[in-house]
Amino acid sequence: MPGSTVTEDVALIRAGKGGASSGGNGGGRGDGGGDGGGERGGGRNSGEVPQRTYVTGITVALGGIFMFFISLVSAFIVRKANADWAVLAMPRILWLNTAILVASSFTLARSRKQLRAGDDAGFRHWWNVTAILGILFLAGQVIAWRQLVAQGLFLATNPSSSFFYVFTVAHALHLLGGLLALIWIALRSPARPFKRLTRATATEVAAMYWHFMDGLWVFLFVVLLLGR
Amino acid sequence: MSSHAHAHPVVHAPTGFISKYIFSVDHKVIGIQYFLLALTSVVIGIILSLLMRFHLVWPGAHLPFVNGGIMTPEQYAALVTMHGTIMVFFVLTTAPQGGFGNYFLPIQIGAADMAFPRLNMLSFWVTFLAFVCIVAAFFVPGGAPISGWTGYTPLSGLGDVTGPGEGWGQTMWILSISLFCLASLLGALNFIATTIDLRAPGMSLFRMPLTCWGWFVTAILGLLAFGVLLAGGILLLLDRSAGTSFFIPAGVVVSDQVQNHSGGSPLLWQHLFWFFGHPEVYIAILPGMGVASHVLSTFSRKPVFGYRAMAYAICGIGFLGFMVWGHHMFLSGMSPYSGFAFSVMTMAIGVPSAIKTFNWLGTLWGGKIQFKSPMLFAIGFVSLFVSGGLSGLFLAQPAVDNLLHATYYVVAHFHLVMGVAAIFGIFAATYFWFPKMFGRMMNEPLGKLHFWFTFVGAYCIFMPMHFLGIAGGIRRYADSTGVQYLPPLQPLHYFMTIAAFITGAAQLLFIINFFWSLKRGPRASINPWNATTLEWITASPPPHDNFGGNYPSVYRGPYEYSVPGASEDFTPQNVPPAEVARAK
Repeated sequence: MPGSTVTEDVALIRAGKGGASSGGNGGGRGDGGGDGGGERGGGRNSGEVPQRTYVTGITVALGGIFMFFISLVSAFIVRKANADWAVLAMPRILWLNTAILVASSFTLARSRKQLRAGDDAGFRHWWNVTAILGILFLAGQVIAWRQLVAQGLFLATNPSSSFFYVFTVAHALHLLGGLLALIWIALRSPARPFKRLTRATATEVAAMYWHFMDGLWVFLFVVLLLGR
Repeated sequence: MSSHAHAHPVVHAPTGFISKYIFSVDHKVIGIQYFLLALTSVVIGIILSLLMRFHLVWPGAHLPFVNGGIMTPEQYAALVTMHGTIMVFFVLTTAPQGGFGNYFLPIQIGAADMAFPRLNMLSFWVTFLAFVCIVAAFFVPGGAPISGWTGYTPLSGLGDVTGPGEGWGQTMWILSISLFCLASLLGALNFIATTIDLRAPGMSLFRMPLTCWGWFVTAILGLLAFGVLLAGGILLLLDRSAGTSFFIPAGVVVSDQVQNHSGGSPLLWQHLFWFFGHPEVYIAILPGMGVASHVLSTFSRKPVFGYRAMAYAICGIGFLGFMVWGHHMFLSGMSPYSGFAFSVMTMAIGVPSAIKTFNWLGTLWGGKIQFKSPMLFAIGFVSLFVSGGLSGLFLAQPAVDNLLHATYYVVAHFHLVMGVAAIFGIFAATYFWFPKMFGRMMNEPLGKLHFWFTFVGAYCIFMPMHFLGIAGGIRRYADSTGVQYLPPLQPLHYFMTIAAFITGAAQLLFIINFFWSLKRGPRASINPWNATTLEWITASPPPHDNFGGNYPSVYRGPYEYSVPGASEDFTPQNVPPAEVARAK
């Protein structure tokens, strides 16, 4: 009888636990493709969170972060139209910082390639290089701020300097979050795995965030340069 | 009937009081926490509105709790601001999405919890912190802010020179709103990931209950909208505290003093605010639409009429919601071309809204209607949504809006369509799901009495308000007796105030019913309404992991009521086709 008491008359008890906790990543993102509305065939409901959910989560989060920064950029464009806008000479170190951050995306990609190839030492090496490049970028941004301060350009000096500080500080704080994630993953080893995530998922999620922050910086830098 | 359920080790709830009830990661506990936060907020919000209604009719009355005895215009403006802020953010956003969405989205799609339970806990506690900040605004030096729930600049950006609440009070307001944005972003991310990845086998998107569609699209709106307000809030905070000029123009003179700002754009704030603010309206109402569809179908014993059209209409409303923020700014001197574009887009929302309305009526048509309390509130939702929505078509005309924008007509419009309608959605959800959430039934006669008082009362408050607005009654005026043409309208104010006090008092029926039923209500069965969706196949209240280890698979759509040939007039989503055939 189609009743209301499924929980009462269940006979089939499956012995094993399916899903992510049994070790393998089970294909990670690959099986997430069928979400467009059709039946998700074959899968059994284990009540556990599949690994692809973390990738979905970071993708969605980046959407929210994108809206935040695009609002700041639209404010920049509107505000720039006013006559009190003064041209801000970009500190030249920003070019170096940009090169460092772009390079970090390549070292990160290299690192993940080594991980997929099963080369743990190579993975760690390039992962650490990426984190160090991230630290160098942030240090470079601090130098850029100090150079502006030395010129007497503070947050409230002119709308152009206001937006410069808002853009760069907001981006630096977001990048700092990514850097902490890099360091956190670096401190883990295959012997000390994560509670819920596989290593492949953790590195993928961190890499997506990092690449996004890299691209976001290039975008913001271009806006600041063109909109001076 | 075992093949469609798979047993897994039961995940037991934590046993300590703090980890079970305070810092819980269980979406059901967090849902109830959100609900209770909204309940607290709505009591505060109603008291503020009753104080306003009282002051509008008896502006000279001595009030014991007001400093100086008689309420000042600034204090009235503070009431307006705090009523709007608390109601929009901490009631209309918190209860339908944070409360019921949190509780029922995972269960209705057959999941054990949200995708990221600890993030979920963080969302609630940051929301709570935001609530503490907004309440604290009453008690800081200078009191609550006076710039309205929209916080328009330059009033909100200059500090305490512009008014008593504009110092600390406004800062607390911005902090509260920014925290709320952060919490809502985390919540939205969780809802979206959960809906995309944690649906049970067989639960395709178009087998989800319409409630889930409402929460899903609401979460997408929240994700895209709250970041914009957060950006605006940060810039406004910098204008106030760091001396920047994002929003404050040059040469603003307050109390004969020129303010030290240059070149900022007050309209920029309005654009950022309303780019968030209009989707926010749908964040408040879309979950209510989902609940109304769900409840109407259950108590009509009929499938939702045009299920797919309903889902597409929710998406359509959500999409168009991002195109129309300018209709809040027709008075800002925008180009007539922009005004025309915003006007057309706004009226276009009438199309998906009408699809929903007629489908609701189609669902009711020919049904075996059971007038239970949740059903009454769902029907009331449809009524209020129509009444409030139609005036939106008038306000969508820039020429008409120029006349009506600053009047009570707009107040009447948005209270009916997003305020009271959304509240009716919350009431419908409460009466409907209370048995599942707390394992006991609510009292039916008391619920019906509550409905009739609230339904008639809401119309008595807000219908005359339209006439007041058309006659030129200006909103936000603390005292209209001093304006030459307004005193003849006072009898309308008087009527609305009496209606407001009666309707407010009638809410005690709900509070009493709620807490009495919590202790004394008759025990609820697993499926007291003979409903079809997955929350009704598990215990009332559900165990910690929702299904006691036996996670369901789904074989059919969400609203299979009165299916010809079936032995009962409802077929739950987890019943395989073979069993329906066997039942014949």
